[in-house]
Amino acid sequence: MKGIGVSPGISIGRACVIRKKEAVLTGILLKDEADIRLEIEKYDNAVTASIKEIEAIIGNEKLLLRPESIAILETQIEFLGDPQIKSNVVEKIKGDKKSVHDSLVEVIRDTVELFKNMQDEYLSARSSDIQDIGNRILKQLNVSVQGGQGDQPDGRIAQSGTKKFELGTILIAEDITPSDTITMDPTHIIGFATQTGGSTSHAAIIARSRGIPAVVGCGEGLTIIADNDLLILDGGNGLVLVNPDPDRVAEYQAKKAAYAAQSDRLTALKDMAACTMDGEIIQLMGNISQVEDLEQVFDKGGEGVGLLRTELFFMGSPSFPTEEEQFEFYKKIALRSGNKPVTIRTLDIGGDKQLPYFELPAEQNPFLGYRAIRISLDKPELFIAQLKAILRASAFGNCKILFPMISNIQELRLAKSILAIAKSELSAENKAYDPAIETGIMIEIPSAALIADLLAKEVDFFSIGTNDLCQYTLAIDRMNEKVKDLYDPFHPGLLRLISYVIEQGHKNNIPVALCGELAADPMATLLLLGMGLKEFSMSAAAIPLIKNSIHNKRMSKAKEVFKKVMEMDNSKDITTYLQEVNQ
Amino acid sequence: MITKDYIILSPEGIHARPATTLIRLTKKFGSAFHLKKGDTVIRLNSMLNILALAAKNGETISVIIEGEDEAEAAIAIDEFFTEQLKNL
Repeated sequence: MKGIGVSPGISIGRACVIRKKEAVLTGILLKDEADIRLEIEKYDNAVTASIKEIEAIIGNEKLLLRPESIAILETQIEFLGDPQIKSNVVEKIKGDKKSVHDSLVEVIRDTVELFKNMQDEYLSARSSDIQDIGNRILKQLNVSVQGGQGDQPDGRIAQSGTKKFELGTILIAEDITPSDTITMDPTHIIGFATQTGGSTSHAAIIARSRGIPAVVGCGEGLTIIADNDLLILDGGNGLVLVNPDPDRVAEYQAKKAAYAAQSDRLTALKDMAACTMDGEIIQLMGNISQVEDLEQVFDKGGEGVGLLRTELFFMGSPSFPTEEEQFEFYKKIALRSGNKPVTIRTLDIGGDKQLPYFELPAEQNPFLGYRAIRISLDKPELFIAQLKAILRASAFGNCKILFPMISNIQELRLAKSILAIAKSELSAENKAYDPAIETGIMIEIPSAALIADLLAKEVDFFSIGTNDLCQYTLAIDRMNEKVKDLYDPFHPGLLRLISYVIEQGHKNNIPVALCGELAADPMATLLLLGMGLKEFSMSAAAIPLIKNSIHNKRMSKAKEVFKKVMEMDNSKDITTYLQEVNQ
Repeated sequence: MITKDYIILSPEGIHARPATTLIRLTKKFGSAFHLKKGDTVIRLNSMLNILALAAKNGETISVIIEGEDEAEAAIAIDEFFTEQLKNL
């Protein structure tokens, strides 16, 4: 049976079919105004209790909720307090004299129908959110009526946290609500399949983040499954196999083992150093823009921040952020990183990055124009505010300063003299900072790469930005459809520049990092190691892959590969060769 | 009363998460907020109604704000549609 695979992984287990029982209407009619008031009051109390219940789930640290689960629970709080739902319920209580229970059941049923029938796939998937909050309120109403734990209004599994399932259960249901997925016990429930739902349903998102294999949207076919049927669930390919023969089971057991080995290997790597087979230790860092990205970096085993881009923070501000506002932002990241390095790049706007409150005149060649350090040096008051904010954050962690788009030595000296002013102002204001803060530059303009020997004597580190370096070296605008195929990070010219910068770093005893896309490309790992690169910085998601790649490499081999590549005269030969040696 | 038009710049339109953020934002102000798309006007306080409006990427909607703190509210709404929305 084919559905939509929404959460990868393979599960083999026994089916448990959740049958939906329609909520039963009581048919009770209200007698007088006092009854009506009481029923409305019951509704309000049930809503308040339901919101408290969700807040308790959010506050429960034992559940280790991920940010996406919390965001979904927060939308549920807004759904619960929805004045439109309330006014629909109140209308039925007042107008039709129906009990709050019956009124709510009808309102939820109608609303769920309404959303289900919407053409839009996303909105249609919201019907399970509405069912979910309806169930919650009904449960609270029942609690208050019976003075105890109420029965599930429609036989759903909202109480799966307390209800025990057999080990190795695969749940089969018409639909599964987000709450079900959040409280699901993954040691007993190893997967689920539903008739309805799409990849944007909240249950799907949570299943992914909790690593529970899931297939949704299987349709009516799913009804042939009975309790205790043997099932194979392939969440990556969206397959549900019912009572498969032993050969099939064996085949999927092998697949499951392979999948587990792969993801185990990557997870197991998390706390291991990135070390080659012959013992060379490499540092893997994260490129981030905001505090949330930092969690991801540490989650994936990154060892610090190789590049904090400050543009997004500036873009998210209604006007130029003040020194104080910037300080708070940098401090948060410094504190969260402890003693691990945080390399903060000063503002890199212009080119394709604009600020809403800072108008830059249209330019013929924005990438060759007024951008990055050129703006900072032209507007020293803005530059000083940013430098002071970074310096103050350095009192709370291991911060470093990185200047973007340096093209000659005068710019570097000017930037450093402004940094000295920022330091003396802070000293005069009696504000703490790290006086020995490390200062480095981006190498992303060919002229800077070519004078790396001179620049290295005046900075504490280099960071090579391969994306810009590539576009400036090859004179290729990668956004231009007509020429973007000529963009080629394995061009021998670019590789020579990178290797020269790394070599000059070593000669002058300063560390060199690489923070462009090339760092995250496993095909380039061996070559970059051969060049002597010791620090790779990339998006959090790429860290496990590159770490795995480094674990399989030998420095002796890397040096040999580097030597060979440097003898080749075109990128096609280079990439073919790199693919071969990576086999 | 302040009325402002916005083109929605978010691939998924105003889905559940932005709707939640938007409702929470309006609760900080005393003003009354309404959303208008085409001929439909809804009070900006209900998830149900906001989602049913089905405001998609590229569509234009109007926000109508009325109350004593409408000027500050308009600034916050402005920031929401021009900055926050694309990150939600």
